Parts: sequence; C-alpha cells; structure tokens
Amino acid sequence: MIRLEKINKSFGRLRVLRDVSLEVQRGEVVCVIGPSGAGKSTLLRCINHLEGIDSGTIYIEGTPVYRFTRDGRPMVDPDHRIEELRSQVGMVFQSFNLFPHFTALENIMMAPIHVRRESRDDVRRRALALLVKVGLSDKVHAYPHELSGGQQQRVAIARALAMQPKAMLFDEVTSALDPELIGEVLRVMRQLAAEGMTMVVVTHEMGFARDVADRVIFMADGVVVEEGSPQQMFSAPKNDRTRQFLQSILERNAELGDEAATPPSEPRP
Amino acid sequence: MKGIWALFDFRGVPEYLPDLLKGAAITIEMTFTVMAISLVLGLIVALARVTRLRPVRAAATFYVEVMRGTPCLLQLFYIYFVLPAFGIRLAAFTAGVIGLTVNYAAYMSEVYRAGIQAVAKGQLEAAQALGMSRSLMMRLIILPQAIRIIVPPLGNHFISLFKDTSLASIVTVKELIFAGQIIAATNFQYFTIFTLIGAIYLMISYPGSLGVQYLERRMKIGYRPRRGAAPAGGPTRGAPQGAVS
Repeated sequence: MIRLEKINKSFGRLRVLRDVSLEVQRGEVVCVIGPSGAGKSTLLRCINHLEGIDSGTIYIEGTPVYRFTRDGRPMVDPDHRIEELRSQVGMVFQSFNLFPHFTALENIMMAPIHVRRESRDDVRRRALALLVKVGLSDKVHAYPHELSGGQQQRVAIARALAMQPKAMLFDEVTSALDPELIGEVLRVMRQLAAEGMTMVVVTHEMGFARDVADRVIFMADGVVVEEGSPQQMFSAPKNDRTRQFLQSILERNAELGDEAATPPSEPRP
Repeated sequence: MKGIWALFDFRGVPEYLPDLLKGAAITIEMTFTVMAISLVLGLIVALARVTRLRPVRAAATFYVEVMRGTPCLLQLFYIYFVLPAFGIRLAAFTAGVIGLTVNYAAYMSEVYRAGIQAVAKGQLEAAQALGMSRSLMMRLIILPQAIRIIVPPLGNHFISLFKDTSLASIVTVKELIFAGQIIAATNFQYFTIFTLIGAIYLMISYPGSLGVQYLERRMKIGYRPRRGAAPAGGPTRGAPQGAVS
C-alpha cells in the first residue's frame, strides 16, 4: 500500500531522516513512536509530499511518487500527479487546520466537490454520514471556532475521510488537545482501525499504540531503531534506546498518576 | 470667538458653492474609480508576486518598486506631459485616474501580499493534503481568509486615496482643491474658501474612517456565523459565495 525505500531528508545540515525504509500493508495500523526530533512527523509529511525528500523512493500502491532526474535527485512528477496521490492519502494534523471561514459541513465537502468534482448532493450525503460517524451530527453548521479542540479534530478526520482515501496519516493528532478531549478523538481512530483502514499514526499515546497497532515502529535521530508487534515492543523491547524511551514515558505517566500509559478518559474496547 | 468669525467672508458663497460641490463630486468619482481599478490590478500584481514563474514575479516586483519609489506627482506629470510626446494624449481626468491607479495598485498589491502571506501555514498544508491545486487553494482557502485580514489596511488606503486625488489638480483635473483655487484666485477669499474645502473633505472622510473602524471591529470578532443563514450555513463574509452550500 505504502512503501518507502531508503528515504533521506535534511533540513540544512540537520539530517532528519536517514535511509528510512518502511512498508505498510493494506488494512494495517502502524504506530510510530519516539522522542521529539526523531523525524516521525517529517516521515509522515514526506509520504504525501508536504516535504520533498533528498533521495529515496516513495510508492503509493506501487506507483512511485517521484521520478528521478539525470543527476539522481528525486523530482516530483508533474504536479497534478502529486495532487492525485495526495487526495488518496488522508492526513490529519496536530493543529487541526480546519478552514475557519467554512462550517464543519463545508470543511468536509470542500475537497470532494472541488478536487474530485463529485456531485454536491452525493458529497453532502456522505459528509453528513461522516459527521454522524464522528459523533458530531449536532454540529453540522458550526464554525470551527465554535467547536472544542476534540470536536475540531474529529471534523478534520471526517474531512480527510470524505476523500475516501486508501490510507490515513495521523500526525500527533491528540498532542494539542486538553487531556479530557483526547479520548473522543482516539475513539474515532479506534473505530477506523476496526473498519480496516490503513493507518500510519505518529503518536505519544502508548495506550492507543498498544491496543490498536498491528505494528509499532520506534524512531530516534532519523532512523528506525526497532519495530515489532505492540506486545513485543512494549513488553520486551530489544533495543536499549527503545527501552529507555518507554521507561521514561512510563515514569512520566506514573508521576501524572495515570495507570500504565493509557489516559484514563479513554474507555477500553 | 468673534475674532475668528471676522476672518470669514461669506459673501459670494451661494455663487461659488456649486462649483466647489462639483469639485467634490469629481474628487469622489475619482476616488471610487481609482479604488475599484486598483483593487483589481493590485490583486493581479499580488498574485504575480507570489507565483512560481520567476519572470512574472520579477516584472511585478519591478513594477511595485518603481511605483513606490517615485513620487505620485512625477507619475502624473509623466502621464499628462510626457506621453503626448509619444502621441498619447489623455483627458485630464483620465490622466489623473491612470496616474493614481498605477500608484495605488502597487500599494494595494503589497497589502494583498501581506494578507496572503499572513494566512497560517497549516491552512496551506491542509489544503495540499486534500489534493488541492495551487489555484484552487488560492481561491477557496487563502484569498477568503486574506481578505478578512486586509480589510482594515485597505480602508485606510481608501481614505488616503480620497485626499491624494488632490494631486490630480496638478494635471488640471477640476477636483475640489483645484476648483477652490480657481475661485479664490478671483475673489481672494482664501481663508473662507480653503476652510470650507477642509470642512468638505472632513465631512466626507470622517464617516469613511468611522466605517473603516466599524469594519475593523467586525473583522476582529472572528468567524461568527450568521444565525438563521442558508440551510448549509452559507459561506459568510468574504468567502466566495456558493463555494459550498
């Protein structure tokens, strides 16, 4: 579904990603964890080309997102191809990024109507169904500033889903939320995972990663340090850095009085 | 108080007042004409300055720098006195409008550009992630938000343009100032006439600046929906009507 081959990416002198390779199968939920500055978000942003890469290849359903120029540097295929690929991969951001001048419904309808040129009635029906799905059927005509962070993020998820993407990317989507609002967003993500959506989730919610992920990837300093099933990663990490990282998270959560690493607001399925 | 009033000489006012009002009408007409054209031209220049096509960008930047870097008065002289040498002869009003427009369009373009660049980066990323093309993004996401940002500065430019139309008197446009000068030159009532002109300017510009303040307040409130709007909420203020509904 999504395949990354030896991705390298630098911001100036800083090498953010070093030879990162990753494959995500259809229907798989992959959680990417790691300390800040590890390159997790950059990795996600490279997948749908919000960031260009310096070398490597990204395939979405076997189609390379880049072609190579004579000097071997990756180049974007003609722009509309990128846009087409992007529209097949939904993305949800830490800061929601809803369009403030449109209502919840309009935010969701925008892209299918203008990018896909689908009929307004079909899109509207789908958008309303999505709002029901994320539990916001009473906020159809609300503007983003009238919604709480958790509600905005759920609208953002619905907006991405409205394009009927083949995969979804989640970039620390609960990090900007008040603790009591995290649960409602995670619940929607759990439901999506249960429905078989292909998901790549960059997260600090270890509880979510443990319960929902098919595979957990630990990144640090721009490399994939370790990957494995959640059971293996959380109970018996092989790498020292992974162990250290998980240890520090557990300690922090213990300090906060949370049991294990799961936020208390979130009901276990 | 009596001292001040003694300076006024209201004899003859009924005779020349119509001329002054005619001048005021020309001033207003010129303001609106220049504003309307430079709003459009300014947007085009602003878009040219943020395009990815380098030659277009360079040309637009050159235009803005030249217009901002030379006095408006010189530009008016150029259009009215120099162009005829190349066989382009323009009526005074037209020359005045063109001179002010090329100048104001440059300033407007900077205002637009500032507005476009003030739209949060996350908005662009969200639009890109949804597969929007650059032009779609500009039309649906960036400009509607930029316009909200730039209404106050645009309003201020509008008021200063209203006063700057007096520059056109130099190319013999009979706007308010020039009309007053002509009258004062015959009856020598400088104090009365120029005070009257000042009063006329104020009577027009003060409500204008109140209007700008009102808009400024409204823009600050944020995205307040209109209750009882169209079924789909309807994109409000500044949003392209019928984009989605």
